[in-house]
Amino acid sequence: MNWQAVATTLKLASATSIILMIIGLPVSYWVAFSKWRWKFLVEAVVALPLVLPPTVLGFYILLAMGPQSPLGRSYESFAGHGLPFTFEGLVVASVLYSLPFAVQPIAAAFGSVDRKFIEASWMLGVSNLETFFRVIVPQSWAGVMTGLVLSFAHTLGEFGVVLMVGGNIPGVTRTLSIDIYDQVQGLNYSGAARTSAMLLIVSFVILSIVYGFNRKVWLFAADRRHRQDV
Amino acid sequence: MLLIADIDKTYDGGPHIQASLRIPHGASSTILFGPSGAGKTTVLRCIAGLEKLTAGRILFDGHEWTSVPPQKRPLGYLFQEYALFPHLRVRENIGYGVRHRTDVVERVAAKLNVHELLDRWPSELSGGQQQRVALARVLAREPRLLLLDEPLSALDAATRDHVRSELAHLLRGLGIPAIVVTHDWVDALTLGDQMVVMSAGRVLQTGPPQEVFTRPQHREVAAAVGVETVVAGRVKRREGGLAILGVGSAQLAAADPGREDVDFYVCIRGEDVTVEKGRAEQSSARNHLSGIVVNVAPAGILTKVVLDVGFELIALVTRQAVADLELTKGADVFAVFKASAVHLIPKSA
Repeated sequence: MNWQAVATTLKLASATSIILMIIGLPVSYWVAFSKWRWKFLVEAVVALPLVLPPTVLGFYILLAMGPQSPLGRSYESFAGHGLPFTFEGLVVASVLYSLPFAVQPIAAAFGSVDRKFIEASWMLGVSNLETFFRVIVPQSWAGVMTGLVLSFAHTLGEFGVVLMVGGNIPGVTRTLSIDIYDQVQGLNYSGAARTSAMLLIVSFVILSIVYGFNRKVWLFAADRRHRQDV
Repeated sequence: MLLIADIDKTYDGGPHIQASLRIPHGASSTILFGPSGAGKTTVLRCIAGLEKLTAGRILFDGHEWTSVPPQKRPLGYLFQEYALFPHLRVRENIGYGVRHRTDVVERVAAKLNVHELLDRWPSELSGGQQQRVALARVLAREPRLLLLDEPLSALDAATRDHVRSELAHLLRGLGIPAIVVTHDWVDALTLGDQMVVMSAGRVLQTGPPQEVFTRPQHREVAAAVGVETVVAGRVKRREGGLAILGVGSAQLAAADPGREDVDFYVCIRGEDVTVEKGRAEQSSARNHLSGIVVNVAPAGILTKVVLDVGFELIALVTRQAVADLELTKGADVFAVFKASAVHLIPKSA
């Protein structure tokens, strides 16, 4: 097992899902509640990584980060080095790549919060921002957890974007999926099999937790309703 | 005036709502009455700031409110289904708008008698309890005006009567003016000092509830209030499950509501009154009041017969009956109706 790749992957997935929580909550709020008529265009952009080949996404991210782009240049003058083929660059790419996995479940959960609770909070003198944290997020925690875990799990398994943007630098940008590819290229099938099996099991366990958790929340609520009826 | 609201709200391709309300200082409650879709809730939401006005203005205690956000308006808004936060216990619900100040929570919980419910979840409360908790939550912020949106419609019929008189008692005791939206005429008579009748986005009539009920100025108001006869009556005696009331110069029997009160509004629907020429011997109806016909007018497929039986009583009869009985102005008749057709609403409620 390539423990260095395991560490890189976990570090990348953790950084990605934490950043996605920070930018995913406001983006999801906007997606759920904005009445802007062109909102659907933003929703389509957020969903793009679901359908675009990772190589296409990676290609554009690479262009945007490169020394030819104003974005890349300003980062380089600020940090002293470019974003491509660094861990930071990889995090930026992963955040974009996993954005829909965080935003879609969270926005769906926000959107299903009954509007009367939000208005009740306003009528009790509580600001929009505070209402968000005291009413909307607590009533959406299953969706928020799902978004967090799915973006973590999705980052664990990304390949195309990582290869395009991060390259294959041991200890920096070589993640598990790239490690598997290398092992297969080097005909080391038993090594590839062990790493693959581990990714399979970890992904399955994570998804089982997400789905089981959502179901349990649902059962818990139904149980409370039931007890009241009796 | 505490509140001057001239509301003009147009929905894109939807209804147009225009209403003016005046709420005086002091503890009076104003009923916003009308059928569903009349625009009552929209008016309430505009006052609350939950809807933007298309035109018009809202002045609260002299302050221009039109662009003040809902958070900055000292209002207590009771939502139709009470909107208790399901993820918070009763205690946190009541303390929600006052940073969970324990002294405030304790005080309003005591006032609304929800002390023993503080550690429960909203889903564990009955409808009546939910209403009291929602009121406690609203009162914790010491609002200057209460807005109650259909406060009784979420309750089943069995608890509604009880909660209604509880609410009436509470509203009188609080000393805070209130606007109550309802489409139920019993609510209007029980809870209101003033009444504003709306239909299809317009205000049709304004006045004290009993006056609006007895003297509707529009056909729509009469249709909206639905009860032809509403008069004051006083219980003379009670016997065998019946209350004998004096109404005007007449006496009538009603099912005894089993309350201590003696002063009631006597409500009789026109369809429940039959008109006869002589005293009907076979009839099981308790009330046979003699009187004369004051007026006869068509009312849809029926005919409205106004009788003077010691008070003004309205009967709705078929055209055939009008012809058979030769009902014309001045004719001597008997008005016949069952004791169970008389609905009594306590005045003190």
